[in-house]
Amino acid sequence: MRQRFRSKQRVRLYHPELQRRLIRSRIAIALVVAAILVAGLCLRLYELQVRDHAHFATLSQGNRVRLRPLPPQRGLIYDRHGVLLAENLPSFRLEIVPEDVPDLPQTLDRLSRLIDITPQDRERFERERRRSRPFDAVPLRHRLTDEEVARLAIDRIHFPGVDIRADLTRHYPFGASTAHVIGYMGAVDERDLRNVPEGTYAGLNEAGRSGVERYYESELRGVTGYEQVEVNAQGRTIRVLETHPPVTGQNLYLSLDIRLQRAAEEALAGQRGSIVAIAPESGEILALVSQPSYDANLFIGGISLADYRALSKDPGRPLFNRAVLGQYPPGSTVKPLLGVADLAAGLPLGSGGVYCAGYVKLPNQERRYRDWKRSGHGRTDLRRAIAESCDVYFYQLALELGIDRIHDVLVAFGFGHATGVDLPGERGGLVPSKAWKQRVRKQPWYIGETLVNVIGQGYNLATPLQLAQATATLARRGRVVHPRMVRAREDVASGQYVPMTPVPGSAVPFGTPAQWEAVVDAMHDVVQTPGGTAYGSGRSAPYAYAGKTGTAQVFGLGNEEEYVEANVAAHLRDHALFIGFAPLENPAVAVAVVAEHGGSGGRTAAPIGRQVLDAYLVREEEAIP
Amino acid sequence: MRAPFRDWPTRLHVDLPLLVLLSLLSTIGLIILYSAGGENMDLLFRQLMRLGLAFGVMLTVAQIPSQWLYRLAPGLYGIGLILLILVMLLGDIGKGAQRWLDLGVIRFQPSEMMKLAMPLMAARYLQDRGIPPAGWDVPIILLLIGGPVLLIAEQPDLGTAVLVATSGVAVLFLGGLSWRWILSLAGTLAAAMPLVWNLMHDYQRRRVLTLLDPEADPLGSGYHIIQSKIALGSGGLFGKGWLNGSQAHLQFLPEGTTDFIFAVYGEEFGLIGLLLLLALYIAVTVRGLRISANGQNGFERLLAASLSFTFLFYVLVNTGMVSGVLPVVGVPLPLISYGGTSMVTLLAGFGMLMSIQTHKKMLAP
Repeated sequence: MRQRFRSKQRVRLYHPELQRRLIRSRIAIALVVAAILVAGLCLRLYELQVRDHAHFATLSQGNRVRLRPLPPQRGLIYDRHGVLLAENLPSFRLEIVPEDVPDLPQTLDRLSRLIDITPQDRERFERERRRSRPFDAVPLRHRLTDEEVARLAIDRIHFPGVDIRADLTRHYPFGASTAHVIGYMGAVDERDLRNVPEGTYAGLNEAGRSGVERYYESELRGVTGYEQVEVNAQGRTIRVLETHPPVTGQNLYLSLDIRLQRAAEEALAGQRGSIVAIAPESGEILALVSQPSYDANLFIGGISLADYRALSKDPGRPLFNRAVLGQYPPGSTVKPLLGVADLAAGLPLGSGGVYCAGYVKLPNQERRYRDWKRSGHGRTDLRRAIAESCDVYFYQLALELGIDRIHDVLVAFGFGHATGVDLPGERGGLVPSKAWKQRVRKQPWYIGETLVNVIGQGYNLATPLQLAQATATLARRGRVVHPRMVRAREDVASGQYVPMTPVPGSAVPFGTPAQWEAVVDAMHDVVQTPGGTAYGSGRSAPYAYAGKTGTAQVFGLGNEEEYVEANVAAHLRDHALFIGFAPLENPAVAVAVVAEHGGSGGRTAAPIGRQVLDAYLVREEEAIP
Repeated sequence: MRAPFRDWPTRLHVDLPLLVLLSLLSTIGLIILYSAGGENMDLLFRQLMRLGLAFGVMLTVAQIPSQWLYRLAPGLYGIGLILLILVMLLGDIGKGAQRWLDLGVIRFQPSEMMKLAMPLMAARYLQDRGIPPAGWDVPIILLLIGGPVLLIAEQPDLGTAVLVATSGVAVLFLGGLSWRWILSLAGTLAAAMPLVWNLMHDYQRRRVLTLLDPEADPLGSGYHIIQSKIALGSGGLFGKGWLNGSQAHLQFLPEGTTDFIFAVYGEEFGLIGLLLLLALYIAVTVRGLRISANGQNGFERLLAASLSFTFLFYVLVNTGMVSGVLPVVGVPLPLISYGGTSMVTLLAGFGMLMSIQTHKKMLAP
């Protein structure tokens, strides 16, 4: 081997002639291959241009035929009772055929004296005009008002090449109420085009940008059709030969109840925050409120720069969907969840209770871990600990369980990962564990942090949707519920109504029926026994329900500082939370309320939750005559 | 007194046959562009400017002796590779396809540079290590080819990736790659096809499928193929005559001035015209191969032959695509299609050929 290598080396070094011959022979071989390829190409050209010439000549003759896309109608969106939430309204747009206009700049100037034409309209018009052929109509203005149409109609004769065309544009009758659920439409961009066949958006200008419009874009969009149009030698249309009609997009039926949605909105009026209501049996989202909101109709046909700037600069962040994107410390609302784990673990505190003196200290630590009630709750069992939201009881539980088991309990209820709801961009929140802290913070876990986390503070973060999901899971006594927004699709062409199959919920892997019942009873006490943190808003209810309040710190207080709401700047005030479900047996609705900087959960969030439950249950009674 | 006068092309380092052939092709290109572009003088003028620039670059490159090219090869290759990696890291500006690198003043496409750096590097490597390659040479060259090709394919620019790969593989083959290697590489390639399919972007897969059934996407890529076949086929033996191609003029044929200009030409000048055009392309290739045969060392011969064959390969890929036997990959027709960057690269390559042909007297390495 070595020998051969050497001898080859010598040939290479001392026989340039051999080398030359080698390259020449290789060139000859490559030439033969190239010749075969060229011959193949010539054969192909012969095939096309001589053998099949007659066929293609006929096609070309008949190729006065041009394909023109026919945009489909977008699917409609209804609420669970068939109330229309997104519709297509006829509107008028102004089009110009540049070739037919004698003096384009002058015409544009005269038009802008007649109707409102913004610089953006003109810019868009110029851009599209450059892309299209001179005999194609280019839109200048969308959504003309009736008055503008009338004004143009009178002067029509002075504007050759200018035309008013009927069109369909999206409209959301409930505007801001449904904006965070349904989303809005925006101009088609590169991202929309990336993973669909090239002709998909032919003739379409807009695609779903957020909410259901975005998540179900491919269902709602429909299929573009096309017509074969005969054109003359100048390329102008003579007649339509063949039409492949577009396929209308599918209609969607949401699980949303617009009546409840508006009631929930009203209950939260004036606050920043979010409400999510779920039907526990099916996981159907009955209401999803994020406040403040915005009017999705502003986006149709291109939002104006001023409007967009106002929305994006608003400190209330109206474009931000708090229900699925907002991440809040869940506060004491996690206590019932941990209560089930407490019972399931058979810990002694379940029977004997804990003495609450208003604070605890860890051995060798000066820091006091305080109860929200400075005077303490006295001897407290789990039932009272939930009803009165005793922190000290749960500090004790935290020491028994340890952070990793607390983590596992919360994860079993759906915290820490996205719920998989059919809305875009959902966030997963955060449930800390020792491994998480080591991985992300590169620090060991401290015992004190366990105490902070057990009452839903510290690193814990959850979205309102996750809170509602956990509440529904409590309502179903341990069956995990998977929230979803759309109930059914309707294929308009075939009239076929296709219900969406719910994801079957798995069971929380701990807790006996009796233990679940015990926790539910404690949550009943929260709203219907004196001393319960939501007794004030719950006592008068005509139905039995369960609840839990939460107050989540936005900033850490010093050890001995007293939290006095009036002394704290509005944007640093606690978040007020409430979760609840009703009726107690066979729950029909589970609700989670987050009122940002609302202060105390019992005082602010609980009455809001009660109002939502009332709205739903009263209506349910109305429905039965 | 007479001799130096007759000698002027060599003194200016111009290869007269190549210059004539390339000028002829560019002229045909301008003529057909006038028709394909709807008799738009503006378009024609811009193309003329680009041609001027590209010919200027060619003549400039021709002044560089091939030893310099030999010396520059690793540097060019290294810079090209770094730029390709940069494009991958920061090229997000171009939305979707990351082909451009924004240098502030100009936007630059490193994959174009690789079209030249690749054969240069491969030819130099073989020159250094010996021809034919032995031992570890082959895997190392394959690595040198594979790196940039994968980076370009990821951009995604499958067309350019294939062209760059071809220019490198051509050097390897012409340099005497053993048949055992050729067979096993061909086998590996065939076996890797399913993998390639998986790596391809959705739109690329659709283009391949569209080849089998153009009617499946009549508003998208299928439309290109249907219309270009009609244009070519209706041209017949003699064509419809200059400015009379209805396909292009009624704007049935998209991209008639760029990737699909061959169809416009075929419609207006027919099979006879196409064969003439092909003959010109073949003549350029043959002239390039002659220059290669006259080369003074392995580096020159391999570089010249690789550039010549790659040129013919461009032509075959574009015409194959337009006549509907290859998927639509966006490769322009050399010297005819409207567009700038690739023309500059192409003519810079011919500048190298001219340099090899005209710097004979110097001592070869």
